[in-house]
Amino acid sequence: MDNSPSADDAPTSADAPQPAATGSGLADPALHLDTPTRAGRREIPEQPKDPVMLLRDVAVYYGGFRAVKDVNLDFGRREITALIGPSGCGKSTVLRCLNRMNDLVRGARVAGSITYHDQDLYGPKVDPIVVRRSIGMVFQKPNPFPKSIYDNIAYGPRVTGMKPGSMDELVEQALRGAALWDEVKDKLKQNAYSLSGGQQQRLCIARCIAVNPDVILMDEPCSALDPIATARIEDLMIELADRYTIIIVTHNMQQAARVADRTAFFTAEADATTGERTGLLVEYDRTGAMFHNPRDRRTEDYISGRFG
Amino acid sequence: MTRAESTAAGGVAAGSVSLRRPRPRYGEAVIRGALFAAALLSVATTVGIVVALIVPTVEFFAEVSVLDFLTGTEWAPLFARPKFGVLPLLVGTLVVTVVALIVAIPLGLGAATFLSEYATDRVRRVLKPVLEVLAGIPTVVYGFFALTFVTPLLQDIWLFGDPPEGFNALSAGIVMGIMIVPTVASLSEDAMSAVPADLKAGGYALGSSKRQVATRVTFPAALSGIVAAIVLAISRAVGETMIVLVAAGGTPNLSADPREAMQTMTAFIGAAGIGDQPVGSIGYKTIFAVGSLLFVITLVMNAVSIRLVRKFREVYE
Amino acid sequence: MSTTQTTGVEDPAVAEATSHADLTAGQRSIKDVLFYVGMLASLGIAFTALVALIALMLVQGWPRLNLDLITHFPSSIPARAGAESAVLGSIWVVGFTALFTIPLGVAAAVYLEEFADKQRWYNRLIELNIQNLAAVPSIVYGILGLGLIVQAAGLGQVVLAASLTLTLLVLPTVIIAAREAIRAVPDSIRAGSLALGATQWQTVWRQVLPASVPGIATGVILALSRAIGEAAPLVLLGGLTFIQFNPSGLDSPFTVLPIQIFNWVSRPQDEFEVLAAAAGVVLLVILLAMNSIAILVRNRFQRRW
Repeated sequence: MDNSPSADDAPTSADAPQPAATGSGLADPALHLDTPTRAGRREIPEQPKDPVMLLRDVAVYYGGFRAVKDVNLDFGRREITALIGPSGCGKSTVLRCLNRMNDLVRGARVAGSITYHDQDLYGPKVDPIVVRRSIGMVFQKPNPFPKSIYDNIAYGPRVTGMKPGSMDELVEQALRGAALWDEVKDKLKQNAYSLSGGQQQRLCIARCIAVNPDVILMDEPCSALDPIATARIEDLMIELADRYTIIIVTHNMQQAARVADRTAFFTAEADATTGERTGLLVEYDRTGAMFHNPRDRRTEDYISGRFG
Repeated sequence: MTRAESTAAGGVAAGSVSLRRPRPRYGEAVIRGALFAAALLSVATTVGIVVALIVPTVEFFAEVSVLDFLTGTEWAPLFARPKFGVLPLLVGTLVVTVVALIVAIPLGLGAATFLSEYATDRVRRVLKPVLEVLAGIPTVVYGFFALTFVTPLLQDIWLFGDPPEGFNALSAGIVMGIMIVPTVASLSEDAMSAVPADLKAGGYALGSSKRQVATRVTFPAALSGIVAAIVLAISRAVGETMIVLVAAGGTPNLSADPREAMQTMTAFIGAAGIGDQPVGSIGYKTIFAVGSLLFVITLVMNAVSIRLVRKFREVYE
Repeated sequence: MSTTQTTGVEDPAVAEATSHADLTAGQRSIKDVLFYVGMLASLGIAFTALVALIALMLVQGWPRLNLDLITHFPSSIPARAGAESAVLGSIWVVGFTALFTIPLGVAAAVYLEEFADKQRWYNRLIELNIQNLAAVPSIVYGILGLGLIVQAAGLGQVVLAASLTLTLLVLPTVIIAAREAIRAVPDSIRAGSLALGATQWQTVWRQVLPASVPGIATGVILALSRAIGEAAPLVLLGGLTFIQFNPSGLDSPFTVLPIQIFNWVSRPQDEFEVLAAAAGVVLLVILLAMNSIAILVRNRFQRRW
């Protein structure tokens, strides 16, 4: 990981694709960012300013098994950070540590430190339930509750004891925030299962923002969706990044290239003696830089499609 | 374009976040405790059963020697000159159980094989509830059926030797067998359905017929589950009361001839209970002594069955 | 036996004993046919028995299948005898059994599925114990009721003692059914709720339980239908007394329908046998109704995840 400060080297639009110059990195022409990327549109400082979360030497164990190790990451405020890598590299595991959903897995243990707003996320007095109220999560498969669309949104505010002036208004805001309002405003009382997969996933995003979180974690949110639904969610993510810090796990490199400001690449390596495969963070950089000019051989191999 | 322009709304202001619990959630702890207590009631039930059985049983064996109880061949605890040999009750139980199994095992396994290997989903959806109905018929109704229908029927069609008596172990056993068919069928079917499709496909790939796959692949693979079903069926047969009380008669009888009237352990307990024995009398205590024996026998059966099912699940789930 | 070219999984009998050249059907072996017939016969015998039983009860009980049956008290004169006190007794006893069983059973199931750490020995013990209790003969529960509830606790042979005994009897069944229903709710629902900052209990109460209500209801109805047909344990609790009045409270002496049937079956007069059959029909109708409701609930409301 590169931690050398170089404030002068302000990112510019020069970060845009320059395949001829960089040569390596983009073997797949589809990766040529033909869709306008967030990385291309926005100025991203080399180092995250005012990071929301700091991970230092994080390792996650399941019982005696070490799933992932040596993770050092700073998540920038109101940035989109993508965690990518081959399956089994521990990217989802890391994501689940960030709102303590890993607590629900028996035998899961986190070593190292995760700091959120200057507090140790795993500190002794920290209540995971409070943590999850400010760090929301969207899952791989849309998982609406078997209730009405309205109740899906209102559920979070209700259980967290929010007392909104008007619940109806809050529901509307959340649905507008997730770009779903126009599609469902006439059927709020219908069961959420009547929605399409993509709509369900946006409903889950709306449900998440209804409790006004600070950070939204997304665990491969589009993996169960078709390309059109995926595109809508990606647009939505970019919109949401104006207000929320978003951390997304994806197995889809194009997706990372399209939406993420920064990307962290993980891989899994077998221990020489035990043969146990442990995930680790290989490289963390601005998305454009990583895709066009990876510093690590393993990153290069992965994004050029040589493995994973 | 910079981000600063668009940060006006939403989000949580930096530094204002506390991750501590605002106030303790005592309610959650109380609820959790109450739920645990409800679960613990089951253990209390078992303890209750053991306590209820053990005190009068110990008192019983202060008056009657264990050896006499287990080896005596005459059971007449309520007579002026009581005899406490439990063998006739054990043999009665055994005879009825064996008859029941002879009926239930083939029928249950046949039904299970059909449901698991041959029936389409639609057929299964119709047949399974009907089998469940069979399991749900009150045992006293089965007893009535055995006494007023099966026994006369057997007497009419009997070909060799003397026909069964009016009360007999045979009709009670047959009807009990019908009653436990669903037990055998549903557990065995679960076991057969759990056998991985790959394994069966392997059989078909070798050109086997459905029957061959069922008998040579599915059956052996599901064997421990099937045995568990049978053991559980035995336990149910041993513990069944009303059918034998109604149809098998009330005379302890050390005989292996199912045409004769017999008394099982359960039927004795029921009959003695009806007689309203004075608390503390030897008659009252025999209920508990025989009950203890019954409990121990079924406990062993159940433990074996539970273990077999668990073993089976470990392999395939 | 052939077969590389055969892909005849649709009708594997075809594959058996087929030559390489001939892949046509019609060579089902006699064994296959006998096996098939045997299986159908198993089901056939079981269902014939069921039909015979129901037909017998109807035919035998027909002369007494009228309202008098449930509007007269038992009597030693067959012509005047009815099962009013038994029907009402069953309703009282099973009603209270339901009242006790539902909250206890669901609570225990929720604990075991949602809160219990399955690695702990005491939770495993509880689980094993419930499995075992589900297979303990009902008459043993009668002995428990007689020894502890009627005698030791001094409740006497009353409705409350019967309800408590039946509660303990059906609890394991209810717990097992409720656990299955709770387990069928996918974890993604729990995760979704917890990720919004709901507590575990909020998640259970507002998501898991509402989603598992149909399954739980089915299990409860089936368990209660077992309780309604149960006679053996209640025989030990004094249910076989001659009762010519309806229960008026938890402390009333009682009898129940299955015991009334037993009583009539054990009498020598044929008229009582008719009464027994008629009462049996009433009991079967109640049970079939409960079973149908259970199946209806299961098929209509159970969500396929």
